[in-house]
Amino acid sequence: MKITVRYFAAFRETAACDTESLETGATSPAELFGECAERHSGLQNYSSSLVAINDEMAGWDALLNDGDEVLFFPPVAGG
Amino acid sequence: MNAFEISNEPIDLNDFRAHLLDRSCGAYVQFDGWVRDHNEGKKVLRLEYEVYAPMAVKEGIRIIEEARQRFGISNAFAIHRSGLMELSEVAVVVGVSSPHRGEAFDACRYVIDQSKVRLPIWKKEYYESGEAEWVNCQRCAHAM
Repeated sequence: MKITVRYFAAFRETAACDTESLETGATSPAELFGECAERHSGLQNYSSSLVAINDEMAGWDALLNDGDEVLFFPPVAGG
Repeated sequence: MNAFEISNEPIDLNDFRAHLLDRSCGAYVQFDGWVRDHNEGKKVLRLEYEVYAPMAVKEGIRIIEEARQRFGISNAFAIHRSGLMELSEVAVVVGVSSPHRGEAFDACRYVIDQSKVRLPIWKKEYYESGEAEWVNCQRCAHAM
């Protein structure tokens, strides 16, 4: 299935891109992140990071569907 | 007025405050977050906020609504900046008006505390040494 991945802040700089389209067999954001980490060394750990699917916060074990846009958020720091 | 906004431009604090004036309110509490010249022993020259606005605004409005319901205040409004900022600029402002002061203080504190950990906003600090770093908030992952 086809998934669009978006990287933010430190993730974007590490991946050296903000968006990519992937053909993937990953069923969850956690699996997808693992695939992305293979493509971009430096994306190693999502444990204190957040993920959203189609602009809604999601769990790392959520189910991915064809056409989803997955947003990888490194630890946030507003204010 | 109850709202949450992201702004690329400097915040006009007089205009901001005017949105919260309310004849039924006897208390107004405002919190300003300023760009500070140091962090963890390093001299900071300026900083940059990256904001994912579609979700930041949505989540920010949720926080404002939660504050209204929890504390029974009349009005709450917040603006967070995005982009490059110089020292002493206002990075974030939260204003709350209510009939009495107690709930206004509490609600203002709630809005800024929640905003720091729940909004998709990232801060990059530029140091005197020439280095730059994304500042991490380790509590955030557990807050949403």
